[in-house]
Amino acid sequence: MSDSATIEQSSQDAGERQPVTKKEITADHPTWCPGCGDFSVLSIYYKLIQKRNIPHESVTTVAGIGCSSRFPYFVQAHGVHYIHGRALSFASGLSISRPDLHVFTFGGDGDAFSIGGNHFVHTARKNVKMTYVVMDNFVYGLTKKQTSPTSPLGFKSKTDNWGALDQPVNPMKLAISAGATFVARTSHTNPKHLLEMMDAAMDHDGFSFIECLSECTEFFAGAFDNSNPRKGGEFKLMPEDHDPTDEAAAYAVAGEDFPGRFGIFYQVLRPTKNALEAGVIEAAQSKFKGQQAHDILQANFNKMK
Amino acid sequence: MGQIYFIFSMSETTVSEANNGNDSRASNISEATIRLAGNSQDGIQSIGGFLARLAGRSEREVMTMMTIPSTISGGASIFQVRLGSGEVLSPGDKADVLFAFYQHSYDNHVNNLTKGGILVYDSDHVEPREEWLTKYRHIGIAISSLTVEAIGGTARDKGKNIYALGLIAGMFSLDTTKLERLINERFGGKGESIVKTAMDAFQAGCRYQSNDISNLFRLARGGAERSNQVVMSGNEAIGYGLIAAGVRFGAGYPITPWSEIMELLRRELPKYGGSFIQCEDEIASVSMAIGASYGGHVGVTGSSGPGISLKTEAIGWAVMAEMPLVVIDVQRGGPSTGLPTDVEQSDLNIALYGGHGDSPRVVLAASDVEDCFYTAIEAVNIARKFSVPVFVLSDQAIATRIEAFNEPDLKTICKDVELDLSPVPSHKPYDLSSGDGLSRHRAPGTRIEDGRYPVVTGLEHDESGHPSGDAVNHIEMTKKRRNKLKTLADELPAPEVYGADSGDVLLVGWGSTKGPLLEAVEELSNNGDALSALHIKHINPLPNGLDAIFSRFNSVYVVEMNDGGVYGYGQLAGVLRARFADARIKGINKTAARRWKVSEIIERVKACRAEEPVTA
Repeated sequence: MSDSATIEQSSQDAGERQPVTKKEITADHPTWCPGCGDFSVLSIYYKLIQKRNIPHESVTTVAGIGCSSRFPYFVQAHGVHYIHGRALSFASGLSISRPDLHVFTFGGDGDAFSIGGNHFVHTARKNVKMTYVVMDNFVYGLTKKQTSPTSPLGFKSKTDNWGALDQPVNPMKLAISAGATFVARTSHTNPKHLLEMMDAAMDHDGFSFIECLSECTEFFAGAFDNSNPRKGGEFKLMPEDHDPTDEAAAYAVAGEDFPGRFGIFYQVLRPTKNALEAGVIEAAQSKFKGQQAHDILQANFNKMK
Repeated sequence: MGQIYFIFSMSETTVSEANNGNDSRASNISEATIRLAGNSQDGIQSIGGFLARLAGRSEREVMTMMTIPSTISGGASIFQVRLGSGEVLSPGDKADVLFAFYQHSYDNHVNNLTKGGILVYDSDHVEPREEWLTKYRHIGIAISSLTVEAIGGTARDKGKNIYALGLIAGMFSLDTTKLERLINERFGGKGESIVKTAMDAFQAGCRYQSNDISNLFRLARGGAERSNQVVMSGNEAIGYGLIAAGVRFGAGYPITPWSEIMELLRRELPKYGGSFIQCEDEIASVSMAIGASYGGHVGVTGSSGPGISLKTEAIGWAVMAEMPLVVIDVQRGGPSTGLPTDVEQSDLNIALYGGHGDSPRVVLAASDVEDCFYTAIEAVNIARKFSVPVFVLSDQAIATRIEAFNEPDLKTICKDVELDLSPVPSHKPYDLSSGDGLSRHRAPGTRIEDGRYPVVTGLEHDESGHPSGDAVNHIEMTKKRRNKLKTLADELPAPEVYGADSGDVLLVGWGSTKGPLLEAVEELSNNGDALSALHIKHINPLPNGLDAIFSRFNSVYVVEMNDGGVYGYGQLAGVLRARFADARIKGINKTAARRWKVSEIIERVKACRAEEPVTA
């Protein structure tokens, strides 16, 4: 789908226009509880939009269902609040059909790893170009404290009064093994690092996935304290000699005990789904240069006579 | 569809010919139904394809029917082709000629021959049965060994379908030059040796000489001057219709009998700059399609049976968020995995009501192969204009059937829709001001000059797309989503009654029952019964004016391939009864997962009329 004309136009306009201000990009006041980690992800998103000078009309925010998925309402820009777990599929259709946009998808751990687990795996495998930020709070917050797919063993919730029984998902391991080409981890408590990760994710040509620990102060307060220096914990960056193209090394770091490491675990370049489909289109269209749709269809109909 | 021709039956002619032993002169017939029964790997379908194409190039009408087994390879397979000089409305109830390649083909299909019909069997595999020998004219030909002989004795009988095609060409005095050209076209890309093998088999079949079989019949030429015809299956017609309407993005997951449409779109869309994505599941498919719609296109998805069930939550979102979407449902037997390769019209309810909440959507049903092409186009145009999901109901019978139809004028039909991202001063995605329910989606990339950007959402929302639990707002928004269907209803063409405008009985049908229904009306009318038929293509919303038509008839019977349910009326009948509160609307239902035969409809109508005294 050739929308190249649009891209040029947008960037030209953007050149003449002033960068979007924080006020312009801010919409409804978030419905999140006071102290929720998601606030910091939202403010970093505003910062990213300003830093990258994204034309206002091109900011596109997609989310599924959950506390964190309310995100698009709080951004004064084109936004989508889709159904539970399927935001990645929606965003894939948008990204592949609109290569001029950089699509941001936001969600929580339930959306990403439980109801949408299948889509997470296949979007990573297909390497659809977009940035996916999962605000992982280890609990279902919107429905008021049930066990989530990332709840640690023993976590007491309304669906596991005696403590969570099921092995939690390790988002880093899942993403790496599924074939994601950019896998990073950060925390809402470190906004500078969060912005760094989002910036790098946006630079990445492919499916860029960030797990951002984002505390639910209401239902899992203190969950991430031991990764927060202000609460006496340690925000441990990736080992200095870590090679992000080394899949086995990335997997090994991902296996470290909680709170683990922060930074880019894995990053490689592999053709994106968008580029591969564009290649198919280019090859197919090369045989029909200068022909209109009805000419191409007529050629098929002539074979069916 | 123009007027219906009625022609003398072929079988009677053949009986007299056979009895007279006067086979050397070809008898002129105006239509013939040929059934080929074998195994799925024998290429039975390709014989049907050749005959259909030949008819398309010979000013003859054609309608075919194919049944395929749901097993992966092997298993019984049949192809039935009805060739006629008049208008052919249905694939024919019974065959005039049966080609039986195996004993099971012979045993299972002999009952489908008309009285006095001709049974051609492969004497290498079939032992005729005593009780049938007297009833049907048997012609035994060693099709397998003669094929092996003809193509150079590789001891394989692959190619006996083409040999049989030669036999048919000889029997029906078909245009062998045209058929040879078709064979060349079909196998030309596969190398010279393949073409030669096919041609050897075909010519050997044509040359097969016997008083029994040569030049038995000659199909009359069509009466009316006809324009160019194209020959394709219903699945192909839907795929090409979508492309003609400007669809450039779709997503799907393989399932029978929908897969062919997705394969076609995957292959063809890139030529037009579009993509069709194979997804990990049905939910991802519909979601990707909606994502592309949000991007400013009309996204398409489709499925059959269980796949449609899986998509319903996302379709509900598209209703709520008011996104254009086209959903193709190639119906098969259900519920659950059901009967994957058989036909049923039992998905009307899910198309209409599938999903939670009040979620009005558009439902169209295609009646034959040609109609598949135009219904697909109409669906895309409605989705685009009304920002609403549109279901296109097809079924297994039309999907796999090959028909010839007048070539569409592609130059006037085809659309290449440009993405519209022109800036607007302000925008409300759910603007209530117009009152007709219509509002327009503005895709990302569209600059909204007042800086107030839309959020599209599945939460109940205000005009800007922001969440609202307000009671009055919910009333207004529910009305908006409903009103746009009312607006559409006002634009729909008035339904057309076939036969007398008023009378005793009106038969109502939808989808692929149209052909047999019209034939049944014709046949009953010829016998002096006052019957009319009405075919409903737009099922949601219904066209205006149906009540006036119903009021002119004493009884209204809705003929459907689904269950009459607990209360004795099927899925469309239920809709019509709810709409018109008219107890005269009764159901004539069939749950055999096979298409309606004309004779069955006639019997059932007679039975219904016997039950209730006519109050003229």
